[in-house]
Amino acid sequence: MFSGFPLFPPQASTLAGRVDALYFALLAISGFFSILIATLVVVFAVRFRRRSEAHLPRPIHGSLALELTWTIIPLFIVVVVFVWSADVYVASRRVPPGAMEVHVVGKRWMWKTQHMTGQREINELHVPTGVPVKLTLTSEDVIHSFFVPAFRMKQDAVPGRYTTAWFEATSPGTYHLFCAEYCGTKHSQMIGSIVVMEPGAFQTWLAGGVSGSPAEEGQKLFQSLACITCHRADSQGRGPRLDGLFGRPVRLAGGSTVVADADYVRESILNPTAKVVDGYQPIMPTFQGLVSEEGVMQLIAYIQSLQAPGAETTAVPGAGGNKLQEGGASPAPRKP
Amino acid sequence: MSSGGETVHAGATHHPELRHHFESMAGQHEASAFGMWVFIAQEILFFGGMLTAYAIYRNLFYDAFAAGSHHLDVKLGTVNTAVLICSSLTMALGVHAAALGKRKATALFLLLTIVLGSVFLGIKVVEYKDKFEHHLVPGAHYSAESLRGAHGEELPADTARHSEIFFALYFSLTGLHALHMIIGVPIIAYMAWQAWRGRFGPAYYTPVEITGLYWHFVDIVWIFLFPLLYLIPHHA
Amino acid sequence: MSTEPGGVPAPYGRPGAPPPPPERPGTALRERANYLSAGYGVKSWLLTTDHKRIALLYLVSITVMFAIGGIFATLIRLELITPQGDMVQSETYNKLFTMHGIIMVFFFLIPSIPAVLGNFLIPIMIGAKDLAFPRLNLLSWYVYVVGAVFTLYAMITGGVDTGWTFYVPYSTHYSNTKVVLTGLGIFINGFSSILTGLNFIVTIHKMRAPGMTWFRLPLFVWSHYATSLIMILGTPVIAVTVLMVALERGLHLGIFDPALGGDPILFQHLFWFYSHPAVYIMILPSMGVISELVAAFSRKTVFGYSFVAVSSLAIAMLGFLVWGHHMFVSGQSVYAGLVFSGLSYLVAIPSAIKVFNWTATLYKGSISLDTPMLYVIGFLGLFTIGGLTGLFLAATGLDVHVTDTYFVVAHFHYIMVGGAIMGYLGGIHYWWPKISGRLYPEGWGRIAAIIVFVGFNLTFFPQFVLGYLGMPRRYHYYPEEFQVLNVLSSAGASILAVGYLLPLVYLTWSMRYGRRASANPWGARGLEWEIESPPPTENFLVQPIVTDKTFQYGAEEEAVIV
Repeated sequence: MFSGFPLFPPQASTLAGRVDALYFALLAISGFFSILIATLVVVFAVRFRRRSEAHLPRPIHGSLALELTWTIIPLFIVVVVFVWSADVYVASRRVPPGAMEVHVVGKRWMWKTQHMTGQREINELHVPTGVPVKLTLTSEDVIHSFFVPAFRMKQDAVPGRYTTAWFEATSPGTYHLFCAEYCGTKHSQMIGSIVVMEPGAFQTWLAGGVSGSPAEEGQKLFQSLACITCHRADSQGRGPRLDGLFGRPVRLAGGSTVVADADYVRESILNPTAKVVDGYQPIMPTFQGLVSEEGVMQLIAYIQSLQAPGAETTAVPGAGGNKLQEGGASPAPRKP
Repeated sequence: MSSGGETVHAGATHHPELRHHFESMAGQHEASAFGMWVFIAQEILFFGGMLTAYAIYRNLFYDAFAAGSHHLDVKLGTVNTAVLICSSLTMALGVHAAALGKRKATALFLLLTIVLGSVFLGIKVVEYKDKFEHHLVPGAHYSAESLRGAHGEELPADTARHSEIFFALYFSLTGLHALHMIIGVPIIAYMAWQAWRGRFGPAYYTPVEITGLYWHFVDIVWIFLFPLLYLIPHHA
Repeated sequence: MSTEPGGVPAPYGRPGAPPPPPERPGTALRERANYLSAGYGVKSWLLTTDHKRIALLYLVSITVMFAIGGIFATLIRLELITPQGDMVQSETYNKLFTMHGIIMVFFFLIPSIPAVLGNFLIPIMIGAKDLAFPRLNLLSWYVYVVGAVFTLYAMITGGVDTGWTFYVPYSTHYSNTKVVLTGLGIFINGFSSILTGLNFIVTIHKMRAPGMTWFRLPLFVWSHYATSLIMILGTPVIAVTVLMVALERGLHLGIFDPALGGDPILFQHLFWFYSHPAVYIMILPSMGVISELVAAFSRKTVFGYSFVAVSSLAIAMLGFLVWGHHMFVSGQSVYAGLVFSGLSYLVAIPSAIKVFNWTATLYKGSISLDTPMLYVIGFLGLFTIGGLTGLFLAATGLDVHVTDTYFVVAHFHYIMVGGAIMGYLGGIHYWWPKISGRLYPEGWGRIAAIIVFVGFNLTFFPQFVLGYLGMPRRYHYYPEEFQVLNVLSSAGASILAVGYLLPLVYLTWSMRYGRRASANPWGARGLEWEIESPPPTENFLVQPIVTDKTFQYGAEEEAVIV
C-alpha cells in the first residue's frame, strides 16, 4: 500500500524465504475463508432479511453431505499445511554439518556471545554470509529468548541446560536482535544487533579479535581447577582419558552407551555421578558453583580440541555431535 | 405458559430435608452423590499435577530419591497406613449406622474416625520433627549429611543436591494430604454432632455418605503416597 | 406448550410492536412478583440462594473487574503510543501488563458467561427451579470475591510483574513483587471456577425436566456442559502449579530450581496443561450464546444441531492434548513439537464446523439485525479471523518466528475479545429483557455494537503486522519503526473503550427508565421465553414438559431436507 511501509522483516537467512512462503500461503487460505464467511453472512443477512413479523421460515435441520464436506476439506487443508510446516520446522532445527559455532549466554539484561576464535561480543554478533552458524545457548539466571526477526529464528535460553539453534545469513546488513521471553525490568532493552558481513569483511573483523580462543581459555581452566590430576594423559589417572573423547561413544557402568557430546561433557562436570564410565569409580566431585557457564563452554571447547594420540591434527571447532533432539546430526566419530 | 398441567409434588408432606428445587429425596440424593464424585475427579487432577512432577524427577534422579526414601521411617509409615485404613473402616461403619438410623452408633463411629485421623496427623508431626532435626527441610538449612546411599556411603555432591527435590516433593505431597485431612476432621465432627441430634435416618443420610466418600478418597491418596515416598528401593 | 406459528409478537422497536403488558388490577406494586421484587434488603441479596440473583451478583463483580483490567489496558496503550518508555517506569509497565492479563483472564473472561448467563439461564433452559446446589453456588461467588480481594490487595500494595504466565525461575527467584499473594488470589478464585463447573455438570445430568433429552438441550447448555468438564479437570492443575510456585518462593521447596537440578520447563508443561484448556473455557460459552442468538434472529433452529453439540465436546477433549504448542521454542524436542502441532490443527476443525453451521443457519432464515444479531455477525467475522490465525501459530515452522510477538497477542485478543466478549455482550443484550424486565434502547445498542466492532479491528489488526515484523510482546520500549502501527492500535483502543462504556450507561439507564418487557419480546423459542420477564423466583409455577415443539419456529411438516 504505502511504498516503504514494511509488512514483514527483511529476508536475511536461507530459511526466511521458506517461512515467508508458508506465511503467505496461510494468509491466502485465511483470506479466502474469511472473505467467504463474510460474504455469505452479508449476502444472507440482506437476502433473507425479515420482511414480515408473521413469517416463520421453513426449518432446515441439517445436511450430512455439507457436514462431511466442510469437515473433510478443512481437514485436508490442515494436513497439507501441517506437513509443509513440519518440513520447514525440521529444517530449522537440524544443524547442517560444518556449522560455525557460537556460544551465547543470556543474562539480565544482555546477550554475551563468543566465537570459537575468541572474540566476545555483548549484544552483538558478527557473522559471515553463506556459512551456517550454530548457536549454543544458555542463561545465567531466568529464561530468555534469542530472537532475530530477519532470520525468522527464535530460541529460548534456559538456565541449567543448553539449547541450540542455527541459521545461515544470506544478505549483509545489520538486523535486530531481541529478547523474546519476558525476563524482568529491562526485558525490552535486552536488544542488540546481528551484523552480517561478506566473508572477506568477516575475516578482517575476526582478525582484530582479542584474547584466547575458548579452547585456550578452557586449557587454563583445566589446569587451574586441577582436572589434570585425575584425567591424566597416561592410563594412571583415576579418571578416564579425555584425548579423542569428544564425539566418541562411551560405555557407562551398567552397560549403556552414550555419545560424548557437549551435553555429556557439561553434565559430567556439573553432575558427575549421573553417568559414570565403565570401570571407574564415581568419585569425581561436582564443579557446580566453581565454574561459570562460559567456563564450562570453554572447557568443552578444550576437550573437543584434544586429539587421540596418533590421529591427524584436524581440530574442527564446532563440528561436535549433538543429540538429535537438539537439532544436530552427529558426525561420524573419529577413530581411536 | 407451561405444558399440560402435570404436578410433580408427591403429596402434601415432604421430608423436612427435601430442598425446594428437587422433586424427590431420591433425586436430591443422586445429585449430591454425583456431585461428590465430580469433586473427587477434580481432586485426582489436583494431586495428579504434583505426582507428575514426582514421576519426572524420580526418573531423572533415582538415586537421590532412593536415598531420601531410605531415610523415611517405614515403620511409622506402615502404622500410619494401618491407622488410616482403620479410619476408613470406622467411617464406613458410621455411614452404615446412619443409614440404619442408629444415632449413637453413628456418632461413635464418626468420633472414632476423627481419633484415628488425629493419630495419623500426630505421627506425621513426629515425622516432620525428625526431618527438621536432621536438616532435611528444604531451604537455607538443608543438608543431605544424614542421607546414605545404597551401601551406606555418604552421597556424592550432586545426588545430595537432588535429594532436596525429593524432600520438597515429600513435604508438598504429604502436606497437601494432611491439609485434606485437617479439612475433613471438622466436617466429620459436624456430622457426628448432627447424627447425635438424630438428623439422619434411612430416608436421609446423604451428608454422612458423601463425607464418607471424601474420607475414603483421602485414604486412597495416602495408599499411593506411602509406597511412592517410603518404599523406593535402592538399585542393586 | 409452544406458541403457534403466526402468533409471534413483534419485537420491540418495530412498527406494530405490542404495547407493554398491562398492569394487573389489584397488584400493589407496579410489576408482578418476580425474583427481583422478592426482597430489597442487602441481606436478601448477600444471602440469596436464587441462581438468578447470584448471576446478578456476579454481573456486578465481573463488571468491576473488567473496568479495572480495562484501566490497565488503557494505560498500556497510552504508553505504547511512543517508542520510549516515557509515561511510566519499566517496573510499573511490567506490572501493568501482568495485572491486565491476570484480571482479564481469571477474574473476567473465565467467569463471565458461565457465572452470569450460565447461572441465570441453565436451570430455566432445562426446566428446573434452580441449580443442583444453590448454596454452593452462593459460596462460589463469595470465593470469587475473596480471590479478587486478595489479588487486588496484592496489586494495591505493590503489584506483580511476572506476566500472567509467571514463568519460573523469574517468578520464584527473581521477581521482587507480590507473587505469592497474587498466586493465593488466583488459587482461591480457581475454586470458584471448580464449584461452578461442578454445579453445572450435576444440574445438567440430574435436573432436566421430563422430555428434555440430551439432544433437545439448547446448544447454550451443551457448550456450558463442555466448559464445565474443562473447569473440573483443568483448574486443579493450575491450582497445584501455583501452589508449587508459592511453596518454592515462600518456603524454598525448590521443585523447579535449576540449581537443585529442577527443570523450569516442567513448570511450563504444568502451567499450559491448564492454561490451554482455559482458553476453551473462555470461548465455548460464547459459542453457546452465538448458537442461541443466531437461531433466534433467523427464526430457525441451528443448522446441524447435533454436529454443533458434539463439536463442543470435541473441542473440550482435544483441548487437553495441545498444550505444547505454547512451547515450540522452549527447548522441547522436535518430536514433541510435531505431535502438538498436528493435534493443534485437529482442534481447529470442530470450531470450523461450528462457524459453517452458524452461517448455514442464516440461509433462508428470517433475519433481523437487532443488537444481539449485530454482535453475532461481528463474532462470525472476528472469531473466524482469530481462529484462522491460530493455524499460523500451530505451524511450527512459522511459530518459531511469531511466537512471543504481537502476532500472538493479536490472535488471542481476536478470540477473547472479538469472540468471547462479543458473545458476552450479545447475550447480555438478548437476555436483558428477561433478566431485568426492561427493554434497552435499541438504537444505542446498535451504535455501540458497531463502535465495538470498528474499534476492535483498529486496535488489534495492526498487531498482526507488528508481530510479523518482529515486535516482541511485553515490550515497554520498542524500536521507532514500529511506532505507526502502535499509534493505530492505541487509537483503536480509544474507540473500543467508548463502545464498552455505552452499554454500561444505557443498560443501567434502562433498569429504571426502559420500557417494560413482555415474556418474549424477540419472538424466540426456548423455555426461558415461556416465563415472565423478569421470572418468578421459582422459575416455573408448574414443571414444564418438553416436546420437540418447544424449540420449533416454522412448521415441522414443511421442513426441508437438504
